[in-house]
Amino acid sequence: MAKENLVMEIKDFSFTYAGAEKPSLKKINLPIEENKITAMIGPSGCGKSTLLRAMNRIHDLYPGNKYEGKINLYKADGSKQNILDIKKENDFIKLRQEVGMIFQKPTPFPMSIFDNVAYGLRLSGIKNRSELEGRVEKALKGAAILDETKDRLKESALGMSGGQQQRLCIARAVALKPRVLLFDEPTSALDPFSTGAIEELIAELKEEVSVVIVTHNMQQASRLSDYTAFMYLGDLAEYDKTEKIFLNPTQKLTEDYITGRFG
Amino acid sequence: MMGGKLFRNFSFFSATLSFFLLVGIFAILFTYAQESMHEFGFDFLFNGTWEADEDDEGGIFGGFIPIIGTLLSTIIAMVIATPLAMGIAIFLTEIASEAIAKPVSIAIELLAAIPSIIYGMWGLFYFAPIVQSTVGGNGVGLLTAGIVLAIMIIPFMAAITRDSMNTTPLVLKESAYAMGATKFEVIKDVIMPYSKGGIIGSIILALGRALGETMAVAFLIGSVMSIPRNITDPTTSIPVLLANNFAEAQDLEMSSMYYLALILFVVSFFIITIAKFYFLGRKVK
Ligand SMILES: Nc1ncnc2c1ncn2[C@@H]1O[C@H](COP(=O)(O)OP(=O)(O)OP(=O)(O)O)[C@@H](O)[C@H]1O
Ligand SMILES: [Mg+2]
Repeated sequence: MAKENLVMEIKDFSFTYAGAEKPSLKKINLPIEENKITAMIGPSGCGKSTLLRAMNRIHDLYPGNKYEGKINLYKADGSKQNILDIKKENDFIKLRQEVGMIFQKPTPFPMSIFDNVAYGLRLSGIKNRSELEGRVEKALKGAAILDETKDRLKESALGMSGGQQQRLCIARAVALKPRVLLFDEPTSALDPFSTGAIEELIAELKEEVSVVIVTHNMQQASRLSDYTAFMYLGDLAEYDKTEKIFLNPTQKLTEDYITGRFG
Repeated sequence: MMGGKLFRNFSFFSATLSFFLLVGIFAILFTYAQESMHEFGFDFLFNGTWEADEDDEGGIFGGFIPIIGTLLSTIIAMVIATPLAMGIAIFLTEIASEAIAKPVSIAIELLAAIPSIIYGMWGLFYFAPIVQSTVGGNGVGLLTAGIVLAIMIIPFMAAITRDSMNTTPLVLKESAYAMGATKFEVIKDVIMPYSKGGIIGSIILALGRALGETMAVAFLIGSVMSIPRNITDPTTSIPVLLANNFAEAQDLEMSSMYYLALILFVVSFFIITIAKFYFLGRKVK
């Protein structure tokens, strides 16, 4: 695995929640390939969300967590940054614009559809109306939701269906042109039809961004991802190409999990 | 099952009773105010004289001064209290660590529970001299009453605002941070809009409370029938005038006081209704 194809690289990363006695993640080593989809699977409580949330340092909203190791982010210009070194608010903002996040439940802001998508752009300093309009339209198109929304951009985003809201949230993240998008069980609150639409969308997104997705749905992981990481009790039990993990895993544990013998 | 039925009947009875009480109070105020309403009509609102005849039988009574006094003291209180209460609520929900927010929250709830007469006494003996020495005046007057009123309603307003800010879902805040928002932007763009209903509701309820406050203001506003020319001047307010004059008043003066009470009742009723049903009752998605 050549370095130049990585967008992120997690090295010996351990994480302990504030007040917890045992670490939730133990010495994780995981590469994130550029323009690929990496799935994280594993039983509930194994640390998938914890790892994902370390990758944009959203953990740091809450004080007292302890971590060590490195999480390198490779920039477009080839330079690398250990995001665990970030201390200044400005650098956090830059990080979060480069590494976007989509949550399990859709989280539209209490504002119009347009303003939702323009939100991050405005934060990043874009004020020019026509530039905003252009980028919002492009993002909505990119998230395959333009047709449904173009006549109601001024309406509140809270009036959309759950599936539409989730695609709006993806559009909102895509608008910032991030290098990485983190998805934490993005379809587990949605019906099968909306789930299909989101999966299709994520598959298209990898042209532009690198994707990390946490999922409990084995079909979703195998359909969608190029690489799969299987986590177990705070360890990275196995990581490989998705085909390999699903057809011929090295570990007994992995096999038991994907065949549904526990979980 | 018996218990359930009993309870249902009981709650039905209580609910109906409170409705009849409301209507009953309105009817009584309205009836007793009739004499004054016939005599003075709407001019009552703009007439600043409040004088009984020698024989105590009649006189000229106008509500202008207490109405103005009520409005001004309330406005002063709201202007001071609103930004401070918002600041406290934001501090408690978003800025302070748990170790600080907990005790401060408890203190605020306790402050909100202190009987208003204690605020009045504290204001008169401790606070009025401070106002006098810093801004001048007699100590008691509009400004002192307004500030102490503000201090009284701040805890109440801050507590409701904090509660409604706390209903902002964590993931919603997190997703704003995940877009690169700063704490200030999250407060302004997510928390405030999300809890707008509760915030406006708390402001209106506090307004209702300030309008009707009697004891604290009675100590502090000066209780004189004169139009304030200056912010530190003493004047009076509707509840204070009612409390002070009820014992001796007769006939037309008594009826005029019912007229004033009716005005206060109607205004407070509208304010509380708007706050309760429009803002606090509305569910935000
Ligand atoms: N805020 C927290 N404070 C303390 N411990 C936590 C916290 N959040 C999670 N944990 C613990 O960390 C471990 C990993 O949790 P995490 O949420 O990452 O699991 P997960 O793999 O995402 O599970 P799920 O599939 O249920 O979402 C669990 O043992 C959990 O109890
Ligand atoms: Mg999780």
